[in-house]
Amino acid sequence: MIEVTDLTVRYGGVTSLDGMSVTFEAGTCGLIGPNGAGKTTFFNVLSGFVRPASGSVRAFGDDLLRMAHYRRARWGVRRTFQTEQAIEGLTVYDNVAMVHSALRGTARRADVFAAIEFVGGGLTPDARVGSLGAGQRRLVEVARALTGKPRLILLDEPAAGLPDEETAHLTSVIKSIPAQTGALVILVDHDMSLVSAVCETTAVLDFGKLIASGPTAAVLRDENVMRAYLGTAEVAL
Amino acid sequence: MIDTAGPKAPATTGLLQRPDRRTLVRATVITVLLLLALFALPPLMTGYYVDTMTQVAIYSIVTLGLGLLVGRVGLYSLGQLAVLVIGAWVGARLLFGTGQPYILVLIEAGLVTMIIGSLITLPALRLRGLYLALITLMLAGAVTVVLATLNFPNGGSGFSGYNGSFLHIPQIRRPSFAGTDPAYYRFSVVVAIVMFLLVFVHLRARPGRVWATIRQSEPAALAAGINTTVYKLWAMALASFVTGVAGALLAGADRELFSIDFPIQNSIELLAVVLMGGAFALSGAVVAAFLLAFLPALLYQLWSVPNDWLIILFGVGVMQVLATAPGGIADQFPKDMKRLYRYLRGRLRGPAPGAPGAHAAQAKEGETA
Repeated sequence: MIEVTDLTVRYGGVTSLDGMSVTFEAGTCGLIGPNGAGKTTFFNVLSGFVRPASGSVRAFGDDLLRMAHYRRARWGVRRTFQTEQAIEGLTVYDNVAMVHSALRGTARRADVFAAIEFVGGGLTPDARVGSLGAGQRRLVEVARALTGKPRLILLDEPAAGLPDEETAHLTSVIKSIPAQTGALVILVDHDMSLVSAVCETTAVLDFGKLIASGPTAAVLRDENVMRAYLGTAEVAL
Repeated sequence: MIDTAGPKAPATTGLLQRPDRRTLVRATVITVLLLLALFALPPLMTGYYVDTMTQVAIYSIVTLGLGLLVGRVGLYSLGQLAVLVIGAWVGARLLFGTGQPYILVLIEAGLVTMIIGSLITLPALRLRGLYLALITLMLAGAVTVVLATLNFPNGGSGFSGYNGSFLHIPQIRRPSFAGTDPAYYRFSVVVAIVMFLLVFVHLRARPGRVWATIRQSEPAALAAGINTTVYKLWAMALASFVTGVAGALLAGADRELFSIDFPIQNSIELLAVVLMGGAFALSGAVVAAFLLAFLPALLYQLWSVPNDWLIILFGVGVMQVLATAPGGIADQFPKDMKRLYRYLRGRLRGPAPGAPGAHAAQAKEGETA
């Protein structure tokens, strides 16, 4: 469980997160909001790239904000990036094995192979990432997030720019992550069909403030959410 | 993620990888070239070129270190010349002051520069690009200033080991097995090979993969739990170590060192040749060393071209690299040769597969098949 209390982030004069308080219980949770609402900033706070002005984040009882950024990955925070960050010069295996893991030797290799096999999509461990397409690169990033006993997985618009069939594959992969790893997944995406297919609960940010949270279906029908995020009272799912 | 992990084939990565044909061919070519350089070359060269090639071998270690920083980690350092100078100073001081075996002195000089280089650059490691370049250039400047006062040891006493009387100045000693110039050349080549292997082993193991990650995306490295400061420092320490060894090697090659021989603009020249040679491949370091040490000597002998003019050539070279060949000569030359081969083959035998005009022929073949 992730408990966020009164989280505020300021960039100079801009307040990106404004006293955000939210709890992510378990399974896959969605985090949506219009562009600039503070979703990626929130991820950056969790992964340690941004230091908040105030507030606290307790993850499974641990104070996340007190850990150095690289230590958070060792604790179990994993993330993917809005612009995918698979390393071109390395193989799929090396990309995935990059993640810090407490496992050693054969167990570690098996863990990496299992992650690559799990995300599927025709990925082979020996392939150079530079030769892969956008969808497969996304899968490499997801596989990286599944390696080495993750506890909190942050997926930042994993389906952005993907064609429908690849999004469908990604949806099925994301759906089975909590059962596979036992980790809590937070998904940021603009693709509402992906969010409603995958997330049991969803939180909505607008101008750095939480405006709604709860079961996804209910949240997406919330009038405030429709007005703030979707700009209309009608949502076509 | 170990729930689904069944028994799997071991990963075919890193040093344990079974070499494929291409790797074997490459290894054979490199071995033959090195054997030629070690045994066939010295008897064929005049003293002038033996000295020059010794400098090439030594500077290839320096460009190796800088290439590692620039090409693999993305750290643009202009302080490597200062590290070389410190290595040469420490080497010379130890060679005059102690009777230690030469190899030990090389390692000690490397360790000293490793510590100094890492300590000095530690605060600068949060910086990248232009700012890191500026800070390290200032470092090089500071070392030059200190050196101008301290001078290189030349058999004197005290900490500096400098004898200001210009009388009875002994030469820096060489190892007993490499007293002559050709023998010292061979020794330098062997040391260079060892340094290249040291860096190669790093590149093939986890540090190499982590450096590649840091270079492309520091956020990705951090998100993977990599302590990027440690790995950057590691790269800096390794580069400083090999450069320090090169410094001590240079002390024995030159036998007399003068602070005037290491002006600060050489730091920029060094970066220029590394970019021109190719910072992304180990062979680029060798090309860079030839540009830095062999080309000026050759041009001087052929047409008495002063060394200072080379900076113009290097300026044009760097522009060319930045504009058309980001991988440097080491990357571009084989590509150009392949293109030339295809062109010539096309001329001799008609259109080659992949060449313009060959598509139609291929398509026809496909239909008939």
